[in-house]
Amino acid sequence: MKQRRKRQEKFMEERPPMSGWRRFARVFFGRKVVLFGLIVLALYVLIAIFADLIAPYDYKQINLQQVLAQPSGEHLLGTDTAGRDVLSRLIYGIRPTLIVGSATILIAAVCGTILGLIAGYFGGWIQTIIMRCIDALMGFPMLLLALVIAAVLGGGMKNIIIALGVASIPTFARVMCAQTLIIKENDYIIAGRSLGFTNWHLMWNHIVPNAFPPLVILATMNIGMVILMEAGLSFLGIGIQAPDAAWGSMVSAGYNRLTSNPMLSVAPGIAIMLIVFSLNMVGDGLRDAVDPRLRGTL
Amino acid sequence: MALLTVENLKTYFHTDFGLVKAVDGVSYEINEKEIIGIVGESGCGKSVSQLSTLQLITSPPGQIVDGKVIFEGRDLLQFSANGSEMRSIRGGQIAIIFQEPMTSLNPTLSVFQQIGEMLELHLKMDKEMQRKHSIELLKQVGIPDAERRIDDYPHQFSGGMRQRVMIAMALSCNPKILIADEPTTAVDVTTQAQLLALMQNLVNQYNTSLIIVTHNLGVVARYAERIYVMYAGRIVESGTCDDIFNQPKHPYTIGLLKCVPRLDEAEGTKLVPIEGLPPNLINMPSTCAFLPRCPYSIDKCREEVWPPLKRVNGQYVSCYVDTRR
Repeated sequence: MKQRRKRQEKFMEERPPMSGWRRFARVFFGRKVVLFGLIVLALYVLIAIFADLIAPYDYKQINLQQVLAQPSGEHLLGTDTAGRDVLSRLIYGIRPTLIVGSATILIAAVCGTILGLIAGYFGGWIQTIIMRCIDALMGFPMLLLALVIAAVLGGGMKNIIIALGVASIPTFARVMCAQTLIIKENDYIIAGRSLGFTNWHLMWNHIVPNAFPPLVILATMNIGMVILMEAGLSFLGIGIQAPDAAWGSMVSAGYNRLTSNPMLSVAPGIAIMLIVFSLNMVGDGLRDAVDPRLRGTL
Repeated sequence: MALLTVENLKTYFHTDFGLVKAVDGVSYEINEKEIIGIVGESGCGKSVSQLSTLQLITSPPGQIVDGKVIFEGRDLLQFSANGSEMRSIRGGQIAIIFQEPMTSLNPTLSVFQQIGEMLELHLKMDKEMQRKHSIELLKQVGIPDAERRIDDYPHQFSGGMRQRVMIAMALSCNPKILIADEPTTAVDVTTQAQLLALMQNLVNQYNTSLIIVTHNLGVVARYAERIYVMYAGRIVESGTCDDIFNQPKHPYTIGLLKCVPRLDEAEGTKLVPIEGLPPNLINMPSTCAFLPRCPYSIDKCREEVWPPLKRVNGQYVSCYVDTRR
């Protein structure tokens, strides 16, 4: 009885109304794993910015006297086949990873959104043409498509970004097209037309803001995938190559010494795993906080 | 000459089940500073006829097959549906208020952004003027604390308030005609009365003509000067408000009035519903569409096609029967 009254009192206590941001923060940070992911991401970004200050050695410095050194006080993660400090290379490797990840997603999101928006809004033969092309693009395995583009254009970071960007367009185009088809049936779009707005105005000012939540979430989740693919391409020898530091090529350079010098491959492998995991968790948290109804669709 | 004349408007929809003649030869007109009512039950084509005048019918499946919409001497149906002439008329000259205030405002834009973009589009105002004018409009439609509320988003307003915002938006560019498509269906009765009074006030003040589209005769009784009654895509009776209420001539109008409670009736009088259902607009017979539900029908009704409107004592009625007897 007493307990019940206590509960009742607690329930009746005045609680200040919750603002949109507070509600967002409560759901977003409510899950510990999301918080963990966010901290990891923040650390990665900080390390990338201050790499020059943090790295103990120059990541390109070849030291033939210290080839394949085991982890020690001097070299925390040992050295690679050219005597370069693995930890320093790992630290500098964050930069291309983050740049490739974000630039690729930017390209894919912008192109995909525009294509999906046009296809969904105008419908009819315009939609058929655009979406069938997107479907054709989707028909290729993503990695294979990126491989072909990279093979034609050649390696290097810029081409990797283009290749992965093109390969990631279909996801965004499809989501945007579906969103547009739903949103354009809303009364406020008809109301907007009745008030004399142009199609472009309705598309940019009325449909895009309403389609934003799923797009942002999709982008966050896809960065992880793109990073993984970049590592894959570098592993296959098409991506970023030594002496530049990239995690994928580091894994590939070390994998035939897994038994004698496991850190060569394992360290960058863990680094990749950690950032992809963090991005996925942050994406999940973002989805649940922004729009719980999207659970299961994204 | 009338401000807006709609002549023989026909809007058809191609559906999987056949051709739907949603609006089949509707004609009406509205003069400057006049308030008219268009009354009919759900699906009789009253909304479609209004959307057609502004070419807002989604095509396909809809298509305006025939007719003229003469506004200030120009036939609006000659303009291309999304061309600049048509766009400048929409919102600028003729504005529509829709029935669902909950969904007719964009949830991601603040009220100011939505009124402001209208002002920018039609009146080319700068941001500062937009703000001043928007606040002024919100005050006029009776939103308290307008200076602060203007930056609120639609979800922070109640249904009635949102409809007020819609009215403010529609009137923002001082249109010549305001079309209110069931403006009070989604709000409760007390709010209905307030909104209607507000609209009447504002159209008087702005010298705007008002078309009230509704299924509720009570809504138009007080405000409209003339009433058009629609059934199954056609106008079956038209006349002044007094004539329609005091001496309805079409059996459908009579039926409609019998099922609305009136204050001047003797106590204990029962309301009489119209029997049957509205017709399916696919594969309509050529005879009168009200025939299956009509208590007055005579043999001629079953043999001949739906009669055109003819003048009876200042009213226009499409019926073979003289219901006065």
